[in-house]
Amino acid sequence: MQVTVNGEATELAADATVADLVAARSGGHDRVAVALNGDVVPRSSWPDTRLSPGDTLEVLAPTAGG
Amino acid sequence: MSSPTQSPAPVTTSELAPALAREEAADPFTIAGETFTSRLLLGTGGVPSLETLEAAVRASGTQLVTVALRRVEASSSASMLEVLDRCGVRLLPNTAGCRTAREAVLTAQLAREAFGTPWVKLEVIGDEHTLLPDAVELLDAAEQLVADGFTVLAYTTDDPILGRRLADAGCAAVMPLGSPIGSGLGIRNPHNIALLREGVDVPVVLDAGIGTASDAALAMELGCDAVLLATAVTRAADPERMAHAMRLAVEAGRAAHGAGRIPRRYWARASSPDVES
Repeated sequence: MQVTVNGEATELAADATVADLVAARSGGHDRVAVALNGDVVPRSSWPDTRLSPGDTLEVLAPTAGG
Repeated sequence: MSSPTQSPAPVTTSELAPALAREEAADPFTIAGETFTSRLLLGTGGVPSLETLEAAVRASGTQLVTVALRRVEASSSASMLEVLDRCGVRLLPNTAGCRTAREAVLTAQLAREAFGTPWVKLEVIGDEHTLLPDAVELLDAAEQLVADGFTVLAYTTDDPILGRRLADAGCAAVMPLGSPIGSGLGIRNPHNIALLREGVDVPVVLDAGIGTASDAALAMELGCDAVLLATAVTRAADPERMAHAMRLAVEAGRAAHGAGRIPRRYWARASSPDVES
């Protein structure tokens, strides 16, 4: 299925969860946060949150700033 | 005899008379029940390398360091957190780059997930050229975040009335700018900063516009509880040395504020006794 991750069209397995996406995209960061269609997905819900075609996700990590 | 080009050794509070040094050290600063002995908050934006970041953090003596959240990439931000963890500083996530209350609230919620802290430096920016706060969106976001249980440190303009509204909304600290972010223009309206300080009961942190040490000292002399700066250190020719200078300036300004400056006079007033007397 196709979803949008950080503004880019991305192909994922049909049964992908938020946890699967984070594992693939977090680049080794342990302090990562995810928004699904504009709402925060708590870390505890990542394994049980299945994605649907057309979902929009933001995967964010700490960086220098402020 | 020392060479004339050699810098004088920096004076720190540890070199003060012991009783006075104890008094200065026993001058903690509290935000939302958390006590800090350093009144200097450091931002990480613009830092040229992790080595420089660590040197600057240590030289500044800071205990609270701001960080941002961005779309994850194969960057080195994980090691930035390792450096900050090693320095033993507390992290303060910000909502830098947000333009609306809605964006800022979501970013704060994401930061709470990522960092496991309800503390947030709330920034809601009006445009890209000035990076000045959008007062309407800022107050809206502050009210929503306080209601959601956040400890909100609000980056704001130097408007004393808006500062009071933010404090009334439940913000844990109000952080007025001295001048636009990264401009190094110093404190453009010192009187407003003093008025804002008088008008609220929460800590006031001068945030943005600091260019050099005298700006930080002025903020403290005006009664601010602390200073937050980034660019003045991270983009200085020698960030570690400037971080040390800022530490001294904040301590000096705080001490001067407590010491009570002399009134300004139009005419001279001799400091030596008259010859006849």
